[in-house]
Amino acid sequence: MRSWRSVADALFPEGHRIEEKGDLLCGDGRAGGKVFAVIGTTNHAEVGVELALAMAAGVLDTVRTHPGRPLLFLIDTKGQRLRHRDELLGINSFMAHLGKCVEIARQRGHRILGLIYDQALSGGFIPNAMMADLCAALPEAEIRVMGLPAMARIMRIPEERLRALSETSPVFAPGASNYLRMGAIDALWSDDLAARLLESLDRADTTDRRSASGFDRGGRMLAQQVANRVTVDE
Amino acid sequence: MKHSYYEASARERVDALLDPLSFREILPPTARVVSPHLTALDLPTAFDDGVVIGSGALEGRAVLIAAQEGGFMGGAVGEVHGAKIVGLLERASREHPVAVLLLLESGGVRLHEANAGLIAVSEVMRAILRARAAGVPVLAAIGGQYGCFGGMAIAARCSNAIVMSEEGRMGLSGPEVIETANGVEEFDSRDRALVWRTVGGKHRYLIGDCDRLVDDEIAQFRAAFIALMREAEAFTLEALEREHAMLTRRIELFGGHADALDIWRALGWEEPGEVSVLDTREFALRAMGRRAARAGMAG
Repeated sequence: MRSWRSVADALFPEGHRIEEKGDLLCGDGRAGGKVFAVIGTTNHAEVGVELALAMAAGVLDTVRTHPGRPLLFLIDTKGQRLRHRDELLGINSFMAHLGKCVEIARQRGHRILGLIYDQALSGGFIPNAMMADLCAALPEAEIRVMGLPAMARIMRIPEERLRALSETSPVFAPGASNYLRMGAIDALWSDDLAARLLESLDRADTTDRRSASGFDRGGRMLAQQVANRVTVDE
Repeated sequence: MKHSYYEASARERVDALLDPLSFREILPPTARVVSPHLTALDLPTAFDDGVVIGSGALEGRAVLIAAQEGGFMGGAVGEVHGAKIVGLLERASREHPVAVLLLLESGGVRLHEANAGLIAVSEVMRAILRARAAGVPVLAAIGGQYGCFGGMAIAARCSNAIVMSEEGRMGLSGPEVIETANGVEEFDSRDRALVWRTVGGKHRYLIGDCDRLVDDEIAQFRAAFIALMREAEAFTLEALEREHAMLTRRIELFGGHADALDIWRALGWEEPGEVSVLDTREFALRAMGRRAARAGMAG
């Protein structure tokens, strides 16, 4: 798996100033004559209340200080922190707060991109990369809700059965390519990251097209159709 | 007569909460919109995929409503289930009802269709915030057996305000999940008192994550919704900055406390043990001045 530095170097040929503070990445980078605000996580971060709040602070600061500047989430997370203290403090509120900050940035004209460059698990990327206008992943990125063994245990379905099903259905199986088929990942970026970044920025807008992409790519056939039926039902 | 919210099914909640006979269901069970992913696993499906949605009236004014059914897979979110809620919220952005009411009861993402469920949850979050940006208040209720966990607890806090009962629970990772990951010393999921004071309605009310605490009666949830519809705040940068300050302060004030009892003491409850004993009315009175700044409306 690539380090965030090597990914940032490839994304921003005109240079970047990204600070690593614990598991938080924060700074900016330049590509194609444009400046991007960069907020992210590293070291397979466990996202607890402090890290969620720090990412939200980064978003709010960008909105206040650099109106309109595009924002890139660089994500590597093993999920939400699984601790009693985080629950006691209401970690879901911190996650929601981050998601709302991303939404307000979008509504105020910031284009929001996400790049999963290593791991992404459930609560760790829902309020950031999954709130982006467009989210991409490196082909080797590992994206999942939880591993098949844990899933098999909780669902009381034999692991071999789940493994067999995951061969044919993208709805269970971990992996960036499944999220691509289901529309949540816009594209896999395997080369020339700077060009992919700029091309995505050009296409990004405020419409959530993930269910449409999921249908077009054959990975999620019902989401768009059901939502549309509800919206227009007489 | 008392009509328990906790005991009621999703349909019973909707019928009793809205004006009598005003509910009109969208994609009712007769439409047979079921999860194809459960069928693939030879598991039972539900003709509404565990969520009831539709339109109705609250004091004569048009609302849209969704109610998750805990009795079907713990209210967990799959592709169809999530899409029904997303569609309802998109409809709200178009039709401008006076509010969207979300009666949440969910363990989070439905693992049997994990990836689809996770994506659906994030689509619900975005749809809630779009409805709010379109000027439609989104109000949530939590008071069912399964509580509100996982991604749906994040979605809940994307709404304008949350009404809970003492019996309601809200959290991101359930106690069992935390115990499995980090041991019984981290979180003993069988210690009911510990679970209750960590994720229960009273604690959520005291730290400012829920806006109204009501008795376990559908009529009280209804009354709280009617009051909240009138005071819903717009979704703005300024409101989010206030929420940011509130959450920053929460970590400063309470981040060093190991137990809810310590937090309640810090909030001014000299005898924090009484929190669990007081009935809702008495508790709400005593909580004035002993509760963190109200948060739900500020985001």
